[in-house]
Amino acid sequence: MKVLLAGISGALARRVTHYLLECGHTVIGLDRRPWPDPPAGVTVYRHDVRKRPAEDVFRTERPEAVIHMATVTHFSARREERYRINLHGTRAIFERAHEFGVKRCVFVGRHTIYGAAPDAPLYRKEDEPPLGMATFPELADMAAADLYAGSALWRYPEVRTAVLRLVYTLGPSRRGTLAGYLNGKRVPTVLGFDPLFQFMHEEDAARAIAEALDHDLNGIYNVTGPQPVPLSLLCRATGRPAVPLPEPLFPKLVGKLGLSWLPRGALAHIKYPIVVDGAAFAQATGFKARYDEVNTMEAYRWA
Amino acid sequence: MIWDRLTDPVVRERLEGLDLPFNRYGLDPLGISKAHLGAFYSLLRPLYQRYFRVETFGVEHVPATGRAMIIGNHSGGLPVDAGMAVAALFFELDPPRHAHGMVEKFANQWPVLSPLFSRIGQLTGLPEHAVRMLEDDRLLMVFPEGARGTGKLYKDKYKLVRFGTGFMRIALQTRSPIVPFAFVGGEEALPVIHHANGLARLTGAPYWPVTPYVLPVPLPFPCQLWFDEPMVFEGDGTESDAIIEGYVAQVKARIAALIEKGREFRRGRVGGAS
Repeated sequence: MKVLLAGISGALARRVTHYLLECGHTVIGLDRRPWPDPPAGVTVYRHDVRKRPAEDVFRTERPEAVIHMATVTHFSARREERYRINLHGTRAIFERAHEFGVKRCVFVGRHTIYGAAPDAPLYRKEDEPPLGMATFPELADMAAADLYAGSALWRYPEVRTAVLRLVYTLGPSRRGTLAGYLNGKRVPTVLGFDPLFQFMHEEDAARAIAEALDHDLNGIYNVTGPQPVPLSLLCRATGRPAVPLPEPLFPKLVGKLGLSWLPRGALAHIKYPIVVDGAAFAQATGFKARYDEVNTMEAYRWA
Repeated sequence: MIWDRLTDPVVRERLEGLDLPFNRYGLDPLGISKAHLGAFYSLLRPLYQRYFRVETFGVEHVPATGRAMIIGNHSGGLPVDAGMAVAALFFELDPPRHAHGMVEKFANQWPVLSPLFSRIGQLTGLPEHAVRMLEDDRLLMVFPEGARGTGKLYKDKYKLVRFGTGFMRIALQTRSPIVPFAFVGGEEALPVIHHANGLARLTGAPYWPVTPYVLPVPLPFPCQLWFDEPMVFEGDGTESDAIIEGYVAQVKARIAALIEKGREFRRGRVGGAS
């Protein structure tokens, strides 16, 4: 299958590229950022997915499938830009897919949109509403993009669409939202709270995304790896020094004294767990993580 | 680790008999930690055996394996009943079983308490949690009186208040047997004469118990636990409220009879309480 990978220059997307090639797909990429040495046979077009040159890539290359990973988080972009990239970019991708006869679309989203709350259940299923915005406004654009991608299921029924909600990824690249939190000299936690954190090895995440294309998915799926672990254990097993801060002091101290920076809204995410149920994806694709929670934390630690 | 040092050898041995899927760190997928369980049961053991001198009858009615719902009455201003029932299933059953309680939502907002409840498998009382645990073939402990039950005053002791009906739909939906039980003694151990509503509002708790000696600390009053034969009801959880309420009334009547049996037993003892 000819696959267009939007956001190909991102760390995780590069891994996805390798798995797609291994599965025998032809890969073309679309990204504003460069990938100076892509694997042989992979053409990377350096365009913004929302702009006309990107439309021309769809017109001339005629991909059969699109994987959309061109989204950004609060770590790398400001609010207005996040809305432009995440929401308008997602809209552009699905409209082009519909216009140019793409058969399959995979949107790669995040499990954090479910939001963390004291009364939220563990192992949330796909039908749970995204509540993340209530406490964490920085997630609103990602939640909107995720829901917009989901609306493609009825808007463009001829395009088979899979909306994937991946748990945090972790691994030797030390990139991603969770790694961004752990990478600081000291990891700020909230005194008296120790929520479960759910993550998967970045290789497993990349393989899950690539393999999603090989199955006739049409729906919304949580994608999970091994079982979750408490934040205290995550810090210990990855060799990161956790500093429990009393909650009232938290906003004043994060980002200072070597403590990783976190937006104010992220506080709920380090007090309460977001644990999702990946059974539907596993059942539909047969996906099983190869790295357990111990291997994954050690892969990050010893990278 | 500190939790390991707090674990007594009897508990350590029994922990090995639990059928929970612990990983290499001694953690199960719900976040239950073997080390925390060790410390928790080591704390419960002297309370169960010496402080409340709990006598347990009919524990053989609790299935040795597979899912079941343990349904009981609330007795006393704090959930001492839950702690003692959990202890009974761990110390009296062979192999031991771990009962998962359903915790009031407010507790999860409190620092320290929130992670502790999670590490010992006492999750927030949500239907999603109940269904998941039963489908995992775990033991679920439910007090259908909820906070209304622990919030009873001493003058209303051993009178069952309204039962919620959610547990029955979940039992039917997951085809789980219901094991009724009664806890007798809690109301004397922690007699509540008043509720400090201002303090409750301040802490987010549903009520704040005040005893004749002010502090909500249970007295060393002997307690008994009475388990009865499992009850299995026909249906899939989609029945009308009238049918479900009928089933719930049967469970409530069984528990009321068990409480009466327990109080009769106490009266039979020289100088026993009523």
